[in-house]
Amino acid sequence: MANDDRVGSRDVEPKGFLAKTLMKLYVPSVLSGMKKTMEYMIRPKATLQYPEVKRVTRKGYRGEHRLKQDEQGRMKCVACFMCQTACPAECIEITAGPSPWPDRDKAPVQFRIDMMKCIYCGMCEEACPCDAIELTETYTQVSTSREEKIYDINRLLSN
Amino acid sequence: MAMQRPTRLPMEVEEQTEGDLGSKRMIVNFGPQHPATHGTLRAIMELEGEIIRSMDLEIGYLHSGFEKISEHRTYNQTVTVSDRMNYLSPLCNNVGLSCAIEKMMGITVTPRCAAIRVVLYELSRVADHILSVGLQAMDLGAFSVMLWAFIEREKLYDIFEAVTGARLTTSYTRVGGVMRDVPADFIPMVKAFIDAGRKTTREMEGMLNTNRIFVDRCKGVNWISKEDAISYGLTGPMLRACGVPHDLRRLQPYLGYEKLKFDVITEPGGDVWARYRVRVREIYESLDIIEQVLADFPEGPVNVDMPEVIIPTKTALNNPGGGMEGLIYHFKNYMFGHGMKPAAGEVYMGTEAPNGELGYFLVSDGTQKPWRWRVRGPSFYNYQAFPQMCLGQSLSDVVSGLSSLNIIAGELDR
Ligand code: SF4
Ligand code: SF4
Repeated sequence: MANDDRVGSRDVEPKGFLAKTLMKLYVPSVLSGMKKTMEYMIRPKATLQYPEVKRVTRKGYRGEHRLKQDEQGRMKCVACFMCQTACPAECIEITAGPSPWPDRDKAPVQFRIDMMKCIYCGMCEEACPCDAIELTETYTQVSTSREEKIYDINRLLSN
Repeated sequence: MAMQRPTRLPMEVEEQTEGDLGSKRMIVNFGPQHPATHGTLRAIMELEGEIIRSMDLEIGYLHSGFEKISEHRTYNQTVTVSDRMNYLSPLCNNVGLSCAIEKMMGITVTPRCAAIRVVLYELSRVADHILSVGLQAMDLGAFSVMLWAFIEREKLYDIFEAVTGARLTTSYTRVGGVMRDVPADFIPMVKAFIDAGRKTTREMEGMLNTNRIFVDRCKGVNWISKEDAISYGLTGPMLRACGVPHDLRRLQPYLGYEKLKFDVITEPGGDVWARYRVRVREIYESLDIIEQVLADFPEGPVNVDMPEVIIPTKTALNNPGGGMEGLIYHFKNYMFGHGMKPAAGEVYMGTEAPNGELGYFLVSDGTQKPWRWRVRGPSFYNYQAFPQMCLGQSLSDVVSGLSSLNIIAGELDR
């Protein structure tokens, strides 16, 4: 099949009769391949035994959300709906109500995030003017039903 | 060679009479679910014995409506869609999209932002090429090469995770800047990878270059002529493997590529082997580019100083005095009807992605959302030349040819 204009570059082709014969014999490449495999066997493992050994994510990883609280244990969110507007996946649903505290007008009554729709882009965190929502480093999410995947305000506050 | 348009054949298997086996034409279906397609692609082939006489491609199995989804998102939100189109080098799509929007709005990014983007872009190219070489080797029987490539890619993904916060769905760039500055240990991390990456690439090359099975199954296989490659609109490694020095980083420089020294890699072959060589040599070239950028990594702000495009930093918000103005801009950026609005018009911006020219064509009608958001994915153009390459070749060469195309089905179907 290989007429000359079809053959690729020659820069790596073995030169000389002996080298060409050795390549045709295939034995040297088998041996060097085995050598590499042996080398990799004694190198440190690239895999993790996952459930026993968990991967530690760095700070700044975009995982599950958390609603932050201030020093007095009050949630920082003021139900301004910025995160809901910024969310490209449209998975945040906020119900606002009057605030029990005097220094702000509104507070969320309910704050739901559909974790199945969320794409963990972090745009809600970026959009929040009060620094009230953030993405944590938790990447494992286990649940047995779809309803559990819709995190409500209590779940988000305790995250 | 004249252009031959492969046509769809009627899907019927001709009746075979005894003693006549193999002399009649037979139709074979390849894909859409096949481990060697690396995505959901379908090829219908008409065989004469082992030789392919005609081939028809069918796409659309991974159609996700990315373009339509993006037309219902604001400009900054579409970056989340762009990284899902390419699952081998999402950061390239992020950067390409942001560059297109910036071109539309006439924004020039800061030197630090450009440097960060170039480093991440080239790292993604390495990730893409190293895996695609590994997969090519795997398809031809060398499984361990793929695993070594994967180990290298994991290291790269660790860097991406440290920078962007996600391994694959990076969504890192924003119009006029990036999501956040790189971490403090970014430069040592990348430098460590450069050394490891060079070493592994040399190892992979050492295993494959003199491996007779690999060489025999690559040389002269899936050949396409220079003229055909150009007329099919092939770009990237596919075109450079035909000896055409076409590289947008050189021809229409963006993000400061004009200041960097690098060679446009070409190989004369036009076959699978030449594509493999182009990819391997480009890995070294990309690592050299990264070293150049890191040697002179600019300090300073990452985002442009345009509060109507980039939201002010949170400290500026909480800062009394200067805070109110920042807060107003912050709200305006997100409120419906008040955010970033490029003037009505259209823009096309192509960047040199690992697989070829990745172009974004955006039409603005002066609102917050693009009126048209179209992507020129290189895989789409590379894939349509595939029948031309396969005609007259044996069935087993389809696999090595397909892995040398490195089709990303997400980008192909969009
Ligand atoms: S991370 Fe992104 S998708 Fe998820 S809730 Fe926040 S903005 Fe929405
Ligand atoms: S942006 Fe912040 S303050 Fe506003 S609703 Fe969302 S979490 Fe609450």
